[in-house]
Amino acid sequence: MNVVVRYFARLRELKGCSEESCTFPAAITAAAAYAALGLPAELPIAFAVNQERVSGDTLLREGDELVFLPPIGGG
Amino acid sequence: MVGITSEPIEPRAIEAKVESPEHGAILTFSGVARNHHQGKSVDHLYYEAYEPMALAEMGKIEAEILERWPAARVAMVHRTGTVAIGEPSVVICVGAAHRVEAYEASRYAIEELKARVPVWKRETYADGTAWIANRS
Repeated sequence: MNVVVRYFARLRELKGCSEESCTFPAAITAAAAYAALGLPAELPIAFAVNQERVSGDTLLREGDELVFLPPIGGG
Repeated sequence: MVGITSEPIEPRAIEAKVESPEHGAILTFSGVARNHHQGKSVDHLYYEAYEPMALAEMGKIEAEILERWPAARVAMVHRTGTVAIGEPSVVICVGAAHRVEAYEASRYAIEELKARVPVWKRETYADGTAWIANRS
């Protein structure tokens, strides 16, 4: 199953890219995808799929856009 | 009206978006790049946004304001990229019939923006950088 993953802020710097296409096993959740990518477990993170905030236990689907949201700092 | 721009924000241009002969109050809030954070000197800021989601979330905040203060108008623009000390990173303009609604709606807009809109801030110091999260 292919998912487009986008990285922002500290995660973008850690990964060295802002976007990549990832292949996951079917029936993976957003939080499991985060862990599978080896991203830092200590960073509080929120999830967005196709531009909507979702919980970490949301199942991903083929072609989804998955975004990990580190703590925001706008304003 | 909501927007995200990598160009310097001109507050007067944003104010013009909410002007109306029915408004007795125009209130402009500018969030400005500050040269210190927790005792450290800040050289400059850098903002990045998840733009489509940030614009959608700002649009929801605007809609909530129009529901709560129906006679008010709001325009808010967030900057991305490198922001020099003293330059605005966000400008929120509210036009309303009276000052009370203008102050209330303006406060609502900035507090909700800081809590919900996916924008990130990196501070650069003499000896490094740090991503700074808003207090929740």
